[in-house]
Amino acid sequence: MNSKDPDLLLQTAPFLRQGMTTPSAMMDVIIALAPATLAALWYFGNSAVLVISASIAGAVLTEMAFVPRQRRRMILMDGSGLLTGLLLGLTLPPGLPMWMAFIGGAVAIGFGKIIWGGLGNNLFNPALVGRAFLLATFPIAMTTWTAASEGFWTFRLTNFDFPFTYTEIDGLTAASPLGLMKFDQEATDVMQLFFGNTAGSLGETSSLLLILGGIYLYLRRDIDWRVPVSIVTTVLIFSGILYSIDPLIYPAPLFSVFSGGLMLGTIYMATDPVTSPTTPLGTWIFGIGIGLLVILIRVFGGMPEGVLYSILLMNAVTPLIDRFTQPRIFGHQRSKKT
Amino acid sequence: MLFSNTEDYEEFSKGIWRDNPVFVQVLGMCPMLAVTNSAVNAVAMGGATLFVLVGSSFLVSLLKGWIPKQVRISCFIIIIATFVTIADYTLLALIPTVHKELGAFIPLIVANCMILGRQEAFASKSTPRLAVMDALGMSSGFMVALLALGAVREIFGTGTLFGIELFGPAWEPWVIMILPPGGFLTLGLILLVFNWMSQRKAMFLERVAEAEGSSQ
Repeated sequence: MNSKDPDLLLQTAPFLRQGMTTPSAMMDVIIALAPATLAALWYFGNSAVLVISASIAGAVLTEMAFVPRQRRRMILMDGSGLLTGLLLGLTLPPGLPMWMAFIGGAVAIGFGKIIWGGLGNNLFNPALVGRAFLLATFPIAMTTWTAASEGFWTFRLTNFDFPFTYTEIDGLTAASPLGLMKFDQEATDVMQLFFGNTAGSLGETSSLLLILGGIYLYLRRDIDWRVPVSIVTTVLIFSGILYSIDPLIYPAPLFSVFSGGLMLGTIYMATDPVTSPTTPLGTWIFGIGIGLLVILIRVFGGMPEGVLYSILLMNAVTPLIDRFTQPRIFGHQRSKKT
Repeated sequence: MLFSNTEDYEEFSKGIWRDNPVFVQVLGMCPMLAVTNSAVNAVAMGGATLFVLVGSSFLVSLLKGWIPKQVRISCFIIIIATFVTIADYTLLALIPTVHKELGAFIPLIVANCMILGRQEAFASKSTPRLAVMDALGMSSGFMVALLALGAVREIFGTGTLFGIELFGPAWEPWVIMILPPGGFLTLGLILLVFNWMSQRKAMFLERVAEAEGSSQ
């Protein structure tokens, strides 16, 4: 008997390992986003590569600059910076200058994650913080949509704008389905929305691929099914009520579900385990809140799209929801109100 | 001479850096965030605050013997309000455009906690000469902070500084910087740099003290 091949193996607990680590969870989400990213390449050509890599570069380089040198390797290798950059990149319009995407990535990690306490402590979804910053900072560039490219090598000149400048281009722009709906009451065909051949942000156009990724994440137990289900159901019911009141003004329920960033936000951002409630009841409240806010902002607000702000607002109340939905501890009585 | 002795200088200089009303004491946040979307507004606000603070500090320290302890806060407020009214009408007469942009924030100087704080903590306990020195230092520190914030926000938000175009017409303005969130973001970043610097300084002094201790 020797130590390399013992007859009796002595070990300490734990014996059952879950196997889910931060890098593996991040990797799962990146794999789940791969089809949507490839679709972005297919529809928007080289612009997708440029914008997404610029936002990833912004996120990762900022993370590198902020974290202490001793832990740099560990923190960078967990892939969360990469994922934030990728998610942010997928929410950006294809014609965005690369320098803006870079700043978005830097703000997403710098403000959205590092300053609020780092991985696992951030109050808001970092990618959405980056997008909210960009939307408030460069409103024109962030809402100028261009139609899908003809081939991979059709360049969008605005991608190459010199840092801190922006050239507005007429002619090549196309309204997003939500913009058409809001300002012209013109609905886009739901099947077109489902497969993604519309104007919009890089990764939000194809609902089908996003849902496929979401199913993969659910099977890998990375996301809570209640969040997407509650959001989509709420949106369906609420917009269904409005649609039945006046089909000419209000968008159809299916259109509401498949248009804009709803699928991307619902499946990949609202389900962020750090910024969503932990209790089942809380998760339902969270999802219903997002669904209601999305329709309220889209239909009655000034902007065509409301997914971003709905998720951020519900992120903000997540600690409260968690506090009020704590389950009763087994064997304890609920404390009497005094 | 303005600084004929070190005590005067001490009271003056502490407001600019060591006890800066904005960066260290975090007072006067309301005008700080509200009116700093351009450097001109920041200077006008800083100037008005300087006038009010110096005037009321001087008067309070002169009258400190006559003000009953129980009603001192209301007396301070009346003195401050007098100077605020003077500043308000002076700005309205001299630079009406800036006065219009600052709007309600000129009368609100009355409620600036930094000013009342100086009366309560300093002017009501010291000689007029030192009170004026302290007021000058504090309001200069406030002005420096306002100008730092206003300049950063104007440069990013419109690409200009004091209305002069800096980068040419191709500059893409960062709209968020002239909106309220830009104020919070910039102030937060400046406070971050300030705290980081004072932390570094404390660490450095600690190391020096250690080295001195070990060498003896």
